Amino acid sequence: MIEVDDLHKAFGAVKAVDGVSFAARDGEITGLLGPNGAGKTTTLRMLYTLMTPDRGAVRVDGLDAASQADAVRRRLGVLPDARGLYKRLTARENIEYFARLHGLDAQTMRSRCETLIQALEMQDIAARRSEGFSQGQRVKTAIARALVHDPRNIILDEPTNGLDVMATRAMRNFLRKLRDEGRCVLFSSHIMQEVAALCDRIVVIAKGRVVAQGTADELRAQTGEANLEDAFVHIIGSGEGLAA
Amino acid sequence: MNAAIVVFFKEVLENLRDRRTVMNALLLGPLLGPLLFVGLTSLLITRELDRGEKPIEVSIVGVEHAPNLVQFLRQNGVKPKPAVDDPETRVRVQDEDMVLRIPADYAEAWNAGKTAQVELLFDSSQRDAASSVERLRGLVQAYSNQTGALRLLARGLSPAVATPVLVASRDQSTPQSRATLLFAMLPYFLILAGFMGGMYLAIDTTAGERERQSLEPLFANPVPRSRILAGKLAATFAFAMASLGLSLLAFGFAGRFIPVEKLGMVLDFGPHFAAVALLVMVPLVLLASCLQTLIAAFAKSYREAQTYLSLLLLVPMLPSAILAVLPLKAESWMFGVPLLSQHLIITRLVRAEIVTAQQLLLCLICGLVAAALVALVTTHVYKSEKLAISG
Repeated sequence: MIEVDDLHKAFGAVKAVDGVSFAARDGEITGLLGPNGAGKTTTLRMLYTLMTPDRGAVRVDGLDAASQADAVRRRLGVLPDARGLYKRLTARENIEYFARLHGLDAQTMRSRCETLIQALEMQDIAARRSEGFSQGQRVKTAIARALVHDPRNIILDEPTNGLDVMATRAMRNFLRKLRDEGRCVLFSSHIMQEVAALCDRIVVIAKGRVVAQGTADELRAQTGEANLEDAFVHIIGSGEGLAA
Repeated sequence: MNAAIVVFFKEVLENLRDRRTVMNALLLGPLLGPLLFVGLTSLLITRELDRGEKPIEVSIVGVEHAPNLVQFLRQNGVKPKPAVDDPETRVRVQDEDMVLRIPADYAEAWNAGKTAQVELLFDSSQRDAASSVERLRGLVQAYSNQTGALRLLARGLSPAVATPVLVASRDQSTPQSRATLLFAMLPYFLILAGFMGGMYLAIDTTAGERERQSLEPLFANPVPRSRILAGKLAATFAFAMASLGLSLLAFGFAGRFIPVEKLGMVLDFGPHFAAVALLVMVPLVLLASCLQTLIAAFAKSYREAQTYLSLLLLVPMLPSAILAVLPLKAESWMFGVPLLSQHLIITRLVRAEIVTAQQLLLCLICGLVAAALVALVTTHVYKSEKLAISG
């Protein structure tokens, strides 16, 4: 469960996030949809405590992110916008590094690694150094290391960015599986179809503000548009940045 | 396992797999100093020895005007070469180190009992020839004194009449103290090994990691940034100390090939030297690791960090350069200045001079305090929001 209450963040005169509030519930996939530059990444960065909000609060499973940052990070699995791997380490070593940083014992670490390598179908690359990995292989490794501590809440920044059709499909199925395990999944995207295909709840962000939220049906009903794409355009005020 | 230790082992493993880092930190860095030092000192010593013993070859113009003088020079280790044309130009363009010219009226003046003149042409800006010039000048002077004394005796006077005062030179320098330049270079080579050993890790673990976009996911882990920094600093420090240790080993090995005993010098590269040098370098290497990480944290890219840190490599040259040009007397406060204190102590050690416990303690304590201060600043910078964000 991730609760966001009235977040503000400015960089100099630019108000990147200007009053964002929403909740992402357990057992649901929540999509943060918005055009490029809407403040999605900055919002997420405040959720996983990389940045401190100027104002507002973030609670993860009821824990306050400002005062209990370490405990919050322990409950989060994060796939940030930056998903660089260590090129001179193998995929498995990359995952194990994060497992150790989470303080997992050797046995738990081994079994978690095995589970994730199976689930993400990365047996063929597990023992290879990550230098020269394809985009898809890199994302898989980055996701595996983000989930190695079996977090209840998962935050993914544009997880399908740069993936081909097959990899995107696999990713969607994987996210559904995480949801069906009862986890809280929150991801951002600027691709409308993606959000429509995957999300139980949608939070639309534009210019640093939440402009609408609800299920796809609620959004359609709210705007009186039959088509979801038209509904988004209606909400945001223009089709700009909503690349297909 | 403590998170700092996890970070430490991962950084060490990752960098051991990087050929460039291993080459620079564990091969080039430690070997460059000893090789240069051995090469340069051997050259210096061999030349110094040669010059004292080798006959002076000098072109003499007008040999026929002063056969006795030339004979005297010949007996005292001068090898006259045939006369050259236009000696001034030949000396200026360095074809000849020097030329002795005996004018045609030499014999006339000699016979008349007047002061006969010979000309010594040389280029004082050419330091290489200075000792030969000095030797030749001395020989001519000796010939003059000898003949003068004979003339006085022939007139029934004591030669002492013409020499009311005589300066007797008593040089108190030792071969050790004369080899200032040699010893001024040595600490720099060691310090360089310490700086170069950690440099690539400092860049890789901060600027490099940010450029490769792996710093943001790293900071998403439930580990305080100060612990992550501690692990990275420890890895940088370990590589730097390994580099320094290898350098000391290489010096110990190479030291046997320096023919110091020919000059009657002591050059101590033994285990005692290595152990104490390693100890006094600990605070300095720690300081360097922190400073390098701090600078790399400010740099926008790997390349920028590399540029800054290459410039930082020149800083430890300062005390070496200053002490080589104007040898200062070591005051006790100097042992509290990082870099300078290491320089002084290592110089003393290698000369097999005594380093007091007080000097050693001052060096260690002040160095550690300075390192701790820079570490604090680095920790502060590491906590900044901007550090992790690459784009």
